[in-house]
Amino acid sequence: MTKQGFLAILRLDLNQSLRTKGFWIYSLLFGGFVAYMFISGITESQIIGFVGLGRLLVTFMQVCMVIIPIYVLITVVRSIVGDKENNVMEYMLSLPVSFSSFYWGKFFAKFIVIYIPLLVAFFGAVIWGMIISLDVPWNLFWLYSSLLAAMVFCFLGIGMFISVYTRSQEFAVSSAFVIWLILVAFLDLLLMGMMLKLRINPDAVIGVGMLNPLQVFRVGVLVLFDPKLTTMGPAAYYILDTVSRGVFIAFAIIYPTLLGYLFAWLGNKRFKNRDVI
Amino acid sequence: MTDSGKDVLINARGLTKAFNKTEVLRDLSVEWSAGERIALIGQNGAGKTTLIRCILGQYTYDGTLEILNRNPRRERVEILKEVGFVPQIPPPLKITVKEMLNFFSELSHIPKQHFVDIAEKLGLQIGNSLSKPFVALSGGMKQKLLVSFALGKKPKILLMDEPSANLDPSAREIFFDFLGSYNEEALLVLSSHRMAEISGLVNRVVEMDFGEIVVDKTL
Repeated sequence: MTKQGFLAILRLDLNQSLRTKGFWIYSLLFGGFVAYMFISGITESQIIGFVGLGRLLVTFMQVCMVIIPIYVLITVVRSIVGDKENNVMEYMLSLPVSFSSFYWGKFFAKFIVIYIPLLVAFFGAVIWGMIISLDVPWNLFWLYSSLLAAMVFCFLGIGMFISVYTRSQEFAVSSAFVIWLILVAFLDLLLMGMMLKLRINPDAVIGVGMLNPLQVFRVGVLVLFDPKLTTMGPAAYYILDTVSRGVFIAFAIIYPTLLGYLFAWLGNKRFKNRDVI
Repeated sequence: MTDSGKDVLINARGLTKAFNKTEVLRDLSVEWSAGERIALIGQNGAGKTTLIRCILGQYTYDGTLEILNRNPRRERVEILKEVGFVPQIPPPLKITVKEMLNFFSELSHIPKQHFVDIAEKLGLQIGNSLSKPFVALSGGMKQKLLVSFALGKKPKILLMDEPSANLDPSAREIFFDFLGSYNEEALLVLSSHRMAEISGLVNRVVEMDFGEIVVDKTL
């Protein structure tokens, strides 16, 4: 990979993304959501002991958990395979840019385009909170910013992997949807709860839960609260009852990042060793 | 080097490319040198585009292929610094013409004005279109811009896949006049269905059919 090729593709892909309506709708959606939460007075309500800006950030993260994984997957899986289908790849890879520069340039451009609006919305909430004299829970802010970055990185890696392995955009989108459904099915409320009810070994349940990046993210969001079974669900409760908070926070940031990198690396390995069109 | 003392720029021996066990290039051997202007002709599915993509390092293959004495898969970037390519279908890029100019200038270390000058010689006034997205340009304008980028690199090998398909007759005439006076030391490979149109421009005709070279004639 060359630095020059990587930066050229990164800039090109950023410029391309900034010219799509989807990017602006996505940015306005999250910015608008934060504004709406302030207007609707959510900072004055209470959830598991949290009020004010902390309450707002928790709600924001819960929304992110629902929207971001599927949004990242659906957006990113069309990236490489889409470029193949619409002749962008044929042309761009006739230029002196290595396959890896092309791949990682696109990867990090997409990371910036997806993560920065979330971070801006987060910062916007904090700044507005400071203006209206709310206490800023900085520990939550840093934790959630890191968790969001890790989650975006994770699903970006999975998305790029799918995009390299599939031959049409339709199939790529379908695959992304199926993977998302499987991950959702392995959250507390569905399969995890059922597994505990069927008296499957709790360690096995925890193992499955800890492998699921969505579950890790969900528990990570709740890690600073007092663990209560009714609000967290069985697996999250068991995990936080078993593992120390510090260890789990580190795990919740490192594991999804490594998982995303592993998938992205495997995608790049195939991309550069096969026919690229 | 050939008997005439020219450098061999594209050298293939036993080049074979298959997709799902269907051979699209069959045991192809070519030796194309500096200064040659080759018309690569053939029906759809003859293997022209596949051969070009192998040369560009975009496909894996069996057999031997050397571009500028290098391996097109392992040394792609070095090779492509010396290769200009114009595709049959322009990519639907949403970036503006100005951003494209910046991109090509950054990659090739050639001032933007150089590409602008060539585009103007081809009859494209870039100044009026700098803020327009590339995808919003007319087919002819896109093609002229891509040709400007390909020629602006002063490549040793110029590959063009149906480059005049989107040009109107007058633009086509200007384009071929321009190509006719292009660097005589470069190897020019023009893939086309319309042999009559490019016959005055080339000195060698290579016809492909079902992945094989069926005619190879020096004019």
